[in-house]
Amino acid sequence: MLKYAVKRVAMGLLSIFIVATLTFFLMNMVPGGPFVAEKSISQEAQAALAAKYGLDKPIMQRYATYMTDFLKGDMGVSLRQRGRTVSGIIFSKFPVSARLAGIAVLIALLLGIPLGCLSAYNRGKLADNTIIVFTTCGIAIPSFISSVLLLYFFGSKLNILPTVGLNSLASYIMPVTALAIYPTAYITRLMRSSLLDVMGQDYIRTAKAKGLANFKIIFKHALRNAVLPVITYVGPMLAGLMTGSFVVEKIFTIPGLGREFVSSIVNRDYTMVMGTTIILATLIITANVIVDILYKVIDPRINLK
Amino acid sequence: MKKNPISLHIDPDEFAPATSEEKESLVIMRESVSFWKDGFRRLFRNKIAVVSLAVIILIVIFAYFLPAFWPYSYEQQIQGSENLAPFKYSTAEQARIDAGEKVFPHVCGTDKLGRDFAVRLMMGTRISLTVGLVCAALVLLVGSLFGAIAGFAGGWIDNIMMRFTDILYTIPDILLIIILAMVLRDPLKTLATVKGFQWMQTVGPNLIAIFIVFVLLYWVGMARITRSQVLVLKESEYVTAARAMGAGNGRIIRKHLLTNCIGTLIVTTTLQIPSAIFTESYLSFLGLGVAAPMPSLGSLATDAVKGMNTFPHLLLFPAIFISVTILVFNLFGDGLRDAFDPKLKN
Repeated sequence: MLKYAVKRVAMGLLSIFIVATLTFFLMNMVPGGPFVAEKSISQEAQAALAAKYGLDKPIMQRYATYMTDFLKGDMGVSLRQRGRTVSGIIFSKFPVSARLAGIAVLIALLLGIPLGCLSAYNRGKLADNTIIVFTTCGIAIPSFISSVLLLYFFGSKLNILPTVGLNSLASYIMPVTALAIYPTAYITRLMRSSLLDVMGQDYIRTAKAKGLANFKIIFKHALRNAVLPVITYVGPMLAGLMTGSFVVEKIFTIPGLGREFVSSIVNRDYTMVMGTTIILATLIITANVIVDILYKVIDPRINLK
Repeated sequence: MKKNPISLHIDPDEFAPATSEEKESLVIMRESVSFWKDGFRRLFRNKIAVVSLAVIILIVIFAYFLPAFWPYSYEQQIQGSENLAPFKYSTAEQARIDAGEKVFPHVCGTDKLGRDFAVRLMMGTRISLTVGLVCAALVLLVGSLFGAIAGFAGGWIDNIMMRFTDILYTIPDILLIIILAMVLRDPLKTLATVKGFQWMQTVGPNLIAIFIVFVLLYWVGMARITRSQVLVLKESEYVTAARAMGAGNGRIIRKHLLTNCIGTLIVTTTLQIPSAIFTESYLSFLGLGVAAPMPSLGSLATDAVKGMNTFPHLLLFPAIFISVTILVFNLFGDGLRDAFDPKLKN
């Protein structure tokens, strides 16, 4: 068990390192730089700026400096947002994104699991078919389409929800909905198929033979095992939420980490790109590692080799 | 032969050889059904899959054939007909109609540069579909080869190859996709001007960047599935038999292993198409997708976001098209899976 955990953690660290290295070299390989786009700056000033941020040194040396600084906890200063450190920006933006994603996860779980059970319980009936139709559509609609449509109908047409920022409670409704549609639909389907699978097992038949009520069988016997696959989905769900947050934060002009990542890439803010990429990658990889280990702990059927 | 009435002798006629008709009536086996026949029969019994297939065919006709017969082209700017609503005519066109001329209606209206939006939708669908199909094909090629080689070779080769995919698998792909899409843009644009690479201009350097990004990151899942199939299949008796008859490794991979896991491969490839379309539209939205004047469904939707309060149809049409395309490919993929690969169902 311990050996497995250590192995997974080591592999996770290696993955983070690879992401950081790949990002660093890919970004620096492209001609142009963070200061080229600014037309107002003269050649000399550009060179001076490059020298100030150490961009004139050979790439291997810069890579070594960045990595050693990073291990000491220093992610450098932003190249485009003058005078702000990368860690400072990340610390101020991360809670915004985390809150949005957290609410979306909660909604997805609180809605998806019961809906999946309902669907499996009424298999083949109207409720089941309705849920299947809705979840199938929910999986097919990209988050930017759903958020733009929400924005159009509730923001502009009906004008009942605020469209910009996160200043009031009501302004959470649209971004969270846009983020939560996909995971909710996915969890519902996952839960349905997993519960149907478990309901076919022998021990459920035994419980039925004992004369237990259907309701009790589902909640006491089936649900505990059926909910396991949902746990494995947590890692991919986080990755999906991050993907969604890039566009949702852009559409609803929310000052979160996702928007920061996209704009830093477009602006060639090297240190910001590195910082946000490493943080986001670490988050997702950590979640995956924890889920992998946890899954083996709670499901004794998976043997540990 | 004559039978003695009091003898216990059994009637010899009962032992006469059976006629061929008699034999046939006793065969209880029905005609054997081949893998493909069986799969297609199950597929066509699935109503949802059949409807999805029909919609897919309609979309393909819409995207690849209809533009050739459409009276407008996707980059043609019609002076005076900017921002028309569906089925509306500009004053100049109305005058021509009144004069008895026939003017083809703008079924989906026009955009702010006076381009017919219906034909732009068709071209957008074409680009999005092309991205989906080409990416799926490339992923299939790279992934299945990698997986087959790893599974077939076994031992330390397999170990190294699979550790490699394990690491790629844990990397959050969307981060690298965005970075790669950004990074590959300019170099490919300059490469397209170099002699010998000018064919890239016709396809568009951006489109090629997207292909590269997809192949680099999405083959992993395919490789894993192929490998696990090959691991099971290569222990089977017919592979041993083929080897005993002196078949080489290449022949065994091509003739026996790949043909036997083809069902799984088809299903995985089909489900790759909507995910590629999904990601392309997403990249387009972030401004990293296919470049103007060539539209993709994602970039059409993105362009319409700014003016969506005044011209909502420009947003709604591409939005519906993306969603429907992804939906029908998903449904058809599910149908294929149920038909050709019942094992994967759970």
